[in-house]
Amino acid sequence: MPEYPDDSVGLVTPQTAHFDDPLALACGRTLPAYDLVYETYGTLNAERSNAVLICHALSGHHHAAGYHDADERKPGWWDAHIGPGKSIDTNRFFVVSLNNLGGCHGSTGPISLNPATGRQWGPDFPMLTVSDWVHSQARLADRLGIERFAAVIGGSLGGMQALQWSLTYPERVANAVIIAATPKLSAQNIAFNEVARQAIRSDPDFHDGWYAEHATAPRRGLKLARMVGHITYLSEDAMGTKFGRDLRSQDLNFGYDVEFQVESYLRYQGDTFSTAFDANTYLLMTKALDYFDPAAEHGGVLAEAVAPSRCPFLVVSFTSDWRFPPSRSRELANALTRAGKPVSYVNIDSPHGHDAFLLPEPRYQAVFAAFMGRVARELGLEEIA
Amino acid sequence: MMRADLELIHRWVPEGAHILDLACGDGILLEALARDKGVSGYGLEIDPEGITACIAKGVSVLEQNLDEGLVNFEDDTYDLVVMTQALQALRRPDRMLDEMLRVARECIITFPNFAYWRHRVHLGIRGYMPVSKSLPHAWYDTPNIHLSTFNDFEHLCREKGLRITDRAVGIGDHEGHWATRLWPNLFGEIAIFRVERRNRR
Repeated sequence: MPEYPDDSVGLVTPQTAHFDDPLALACGRTLPAYDLVYETYGTLNAERSNAVLICHALSGHHHAAGYHDADERKPGWWDAHIGPGKSIDTNRFFVVSLNNLGGCHGSTGPISLNPATGRQWGPDFPMLTVSDWVHSQARLADRLGIERFAAVIGGSLGGMQALQWSLTYPERVANAVIIAATPKLSAQNIAFNEVARQAIRSDPDFHDGWYAEHATAPRRGLKLARMVGHITYLSEDAMGTKFGRDLRSQDLNFGYDVEFQVESYLRYQGDTFSTAFDANTYLLMTKALDYFDPAAEHGGVLAEAVAPSRCPFLVVSFTSDWRFPPSRSRELANALTRAGKPVSYVNIDSPHGHDAFLLPEPRYQAVFAAFMGRVARELGLEEIA
Repeated sequence: MMRADLELIHRWVPEGAHILDLACGDGILLEALARDKGVSGYGLEIDPEGITACIAKGVSVLEQNLDEGLVNFEDDTYDLVVMTQALQALRRPDRMLDEMLRVARECIITFPNFAYWRHRVHLGIRGYMPVSKSLPHAWYDTPNIHLSTFNDFEHLCREKGLRITDRAVGIGDHEGHWATRLWPNLFGEIAIFRVERRNRR
């Protein structure tokens, strides 16, 4: 038996839920059947009142905490915040974390087979929106017997899903935690996404998205997309502290090979990502980000768009995040106060840019734990040993 | 047990009011008002520990620096704005007063009375900047950059054409003493004012 830290959920096994009810999507198309792969941590109580839904960001997946096997080097992507005694305390809460539709980690997406053609979906996979994800997540909740989540929680694109949940299914969300997110993308955000998409789509190996049938993949394009994305996840200060102008070797070599450490880092990040992630999924996820704008149906008035919500909100931003800066979280908090909704807004001092939402930071953890502690107390959740 | 000035404010805030509590600290006033009087609203605070304490209590708190004003709140959207023990720490207390009476018709303000007799003894006789229960800091590290007196505040309200609808003094060891009612500027350690603007905007 491998040894795991006391505050780890330990060994976890992903599960798959299959759905045969067709899902009508915002784009007008219908997904006839689909799988959602998910993990759970903790124990669902008899009243089924202690469930928490974790929504993932652009390149995330269901593996949010714990380890898949003894050889796994790193735990799930949000292990800093999920586990016994952590902010999302698995001694109290039953945590559900899934891979969204369109993903490439087991849920139905572009690399799945299209039953109608017998080929991979590839670029034919329908475009998805945050609302589509929320509807599919609600069906997973039905399957698990969860009528109402104690909290729906997410960072970045995950925060947008948490917000959408509070608007689409207000009676099913007792609390919402929205971290490092935005009520809509700015022109600059969309511009960065478009650069990423063009990098992928102009790769000669892209083949209009049918690269799998050519037994190849647009790895150079996906690598570039990730490199651009990665720059927006870090702050200028964090990059400066981590790399500065450090060189890889002693002297300049007056060429285009890696010279600066930051180049080496970005190339490594891009390479790793490009072999582990599907390009069509990346394209879909960036479009879902671009489309998200709940205020659009309300003449651009966010305070009107959030009117249906019925839960307390925790909105968190990070000082050095320039992808979704504090002003965007404040915009959301202001709309919620204007609508008279219970909301707390916290701006955490962190040098780590957008990525700060993934990392442990004492004040972030204290605020998160205080909010979740209040949720547990109000719902009368006992510690489940 | 709440601080004496908070006890008094608790009595003054009407049932079911929608309020802002500026510099709400650990949220004890908003929590009590929500529980006892069905009051709703938000606290504004910049102290991290205060903010966490609010969140733990279920008090809605917004991290916001009061020196940046209340631009994110619209005119006449609250019944009342409360600010306890923060006026003296603001860059422009006069502008904050305008802001408070823009978003609500009425406000309640408390601040340490610099003309309290003990403070006068410190400064007038001993020749040192006052240090007391209500002014616990040394002159070099105090956040209190705009100290004023009972009389000063009344003067500012008169100049702005505001109506003082109620006032009280919070006193340390002289609670209920006849002298504090007669000479609040001398015997009141904490000044508590209830102010409203005269005309509709």
